[in-house]
Amino acid sequence: MIATTTRQADSLTPGFISEADELVSHYPVSKRSASLPLLHLWQNHFGFIDDSGVEWIAARLDLTPVNILELVTFYPWFRREQAGKTIIRVCRTLACALAGGYEVKEKFCQAVGLDPHCEHHGYGHAPPTTADGNFSVEFVECLASCGSAPVALINDDLVENISPGDVQSIVDSYK
Amino acid sequence: MVSLLPTPHPKERRLIFANISKPGYAPDIENYLAHGGYEALKKALGMKPAEIIDAVKASNLRGRGGAAFPTGVKWGFIRHDDGKPHYIVVNGDESEPGTFKDRYILHQDPHQLIEGLAISAFATNVHLAYIYIRCEFPKAAKIVWEAIKEAKARGYLGKNILGSGFDLDIFVHQGAGAYICGEETSLIESLEGKRPYPRIKPPYFPAVLGLYMKPTIVNNVETLCHVKHIISMGPEEFAKMGSPGDGGTRTMCVSGDVRRPGFYEIPCGGVTLGELIHDVCGGMKPGRQLKAVIPGGSSAKVLRAGEVFKMKTKGPDGQMAEKDVPLLDLVMDASSLMAAGSMIGSAGVMVMDDSRDMVWALNNLNQFYAHESCGQCTPCREGSLWMSKVTTRILDEGARPDDAKNLKGIADNIAGRTVCAFGEACSWPTQSFLAKFPDEFEKRVK
Ligand SMILES: Cc1cc2nc3c(=O)[nH]c(=O)nc-3n(C[C@H](O)[C@H](O)[C@H](O)COP(=O)(O)O)c2cc1C
Ligand code: FES
Repeated sequence: MIATTTRQADSLTPGFISEADELVSHYPVSKRSASLPLLHLWQNHFGFIDDSGVEWIAARLDLTPVNILELVTFYPWFRREQAGKTIIRVCRTLACALAGGYEVKEKFCQAVGLDPHCEHHGYGHAPPTTADGNFSVEFVECLASCGSAPVALINDDLVENISPGDVQSIVDSYK
Repeated sequence: MVSLLPTPHPKERRLIFANISKPGYAPDIENYLAHGGYEALKKALGMKPAEIIDAVKASNLRGRGGAAFPTGVKWGFIRHDDGKPHYIVVNGDESEPGTFKDRYILHQDPHQLIEGLAISAFATNVHLAYIYIRCEFPKAAKIVWEAIKEAKARGYLGKNILGSGFDLDIFVHQGAGAYICGEETSLIESLEGKRPYPRIKPPYFPAVLGLYMKPTIVNNVETLCHVKHIISMGPEEFAKMGSPGDGGTRTMCVSGDVRRPGFYEIPCGGVTLGELIHDVCGGMKPGRQLKAVIPGGSSAKVLRAGEVFKMKTKGPDGQMAEKDVPLLDLVMDASSLMAAGSMIGSAGVMVMDDSRDMVWALNNLNQFYAHESCGQCTPCREGSLWMSKVTTRILDEGARPDDAKNLKGIADNIAGRTVCAFGEACSWPTQSFLAKFPDEFEKRVK
């Protein structure tokens, strides 16, 4: 487990708790099904999931913490550390790679000031993030937009047909 | 979003993308109703559930998620009045590299899916359904959720739909970035809140034991949208649009080295591979020749330019005869691609030209599978990583004399030895690239 000084669960608001209750109500047959929705809610709210989050979600769903932790460590989407305010997820897979995806990823790293060869180790770690905490850049697998390759998912926005020359202005629009 | 061709290509016939193609079409319910939305649901609610299943059987609709299984047959495994709750889970995980059709339906025409789903639920006696959407489509989850609320407010979902006495609740469930969740039993485990390890078969079909161990239908987004059109136009017309045993239209997603990549909705079997590449997609990039095609998503076996397939076809006299079919004359439907040793799969057609290095392409796919193996079965967990390490090393340092043999050995020891079809999905690229392009591996031997 990753040591943190403050516990996220200590700062839950009534609004958050009622959103969690609403999500649990979508699964009338088994509360456990609300595990992923609550993890998403938590990560969207706090930026990552700490031990207190794992414990809180488990308790809310009458599970043991390991039932939740094993999801956090399995799914690439979840992390146990803060990532950048803007997360740039460049597609690595074949159609994008054919269209220059590797070069585009390098350009994104350079444009935000990250080592283009830095690796993302997964297992709950945040993707490589700039020192000011503004940007993270990582490769992800096929984003189901291969016809407009290369593409990147930047926060919630899909950016398509990216040419290396566009990268700086794309990054600037998220500053 | 990819802009569609302004007018459909003459080979196209748009059912699924009919609304989306209209200028200014927005995903809200007003627009959908103005374009004839929910009329098929009204019609279906006046039919008997068994009649709807018979219609889907007669339509020859096959699943669009990858396995091309006949949808009506799958639904037929559900016993209407067995006294158990039944569920439908919509597979909107769309993660097979090369596939990009469900994305547009979910973002731009969510009510089409909801209508198809409501009809399907009525037919299979389902009152609770989930739409599983990969989390890399964050906007789609919001749009579909909004659409569900709109439909409920108008009486197309919820209690006593349109006065029929039929109830249905639908919820959106988001994935968390794992390709394996597209496999239907993994999808179910994921929806149950567990690590998404695919379930051991048998039972082969979630229709026997599915979500919460109850009979469950898992269908792809596009598949369920087709159900609406089967009800609207009638199963005979739908079947007639396609080829024998493969009814309706199929959205072909073309990517890679063609001039006009994109998605094209074409009657099943309505084009050959050559027509798709050279006519519909405007041909290869200037000055380039075709080298290789992966015809049905990254897991489908690669085909090599210039290949000729021996295929059994029915002659005019009704007798089966063997015929030589060159690659570009292959009909893009389920049975022809199977006869050519590959598959239509999710209809993600990835095209590569003569500037491409096949070891590099295979390595890209091997890295995908190594990253996405869920780790449950040893042959797949270890083997997918070994294959990726070997092809990476060949690229970095050149090949050792026995690399090709070893790669094949690894792949052969995965396929057929795993809980789910990911084992085949990750070994078919290696097996087929080695078989079709042995020269590219040999020339790298130091
Ligand atoms: C590794 C793997 C990944 C899959 N990914 C998807 C997917 O992303 N979307 C999908 O609809 N089906 C996917 N499938 C196929 C599903 O298991 C299932 O056959 C399909 O959702 C059934 O729906 P259909 O009959 O409408 O095609 C995948 C299968 C495997 C083995
Ligand atoms: S390969 Fe990049 S979106 Fe599919």
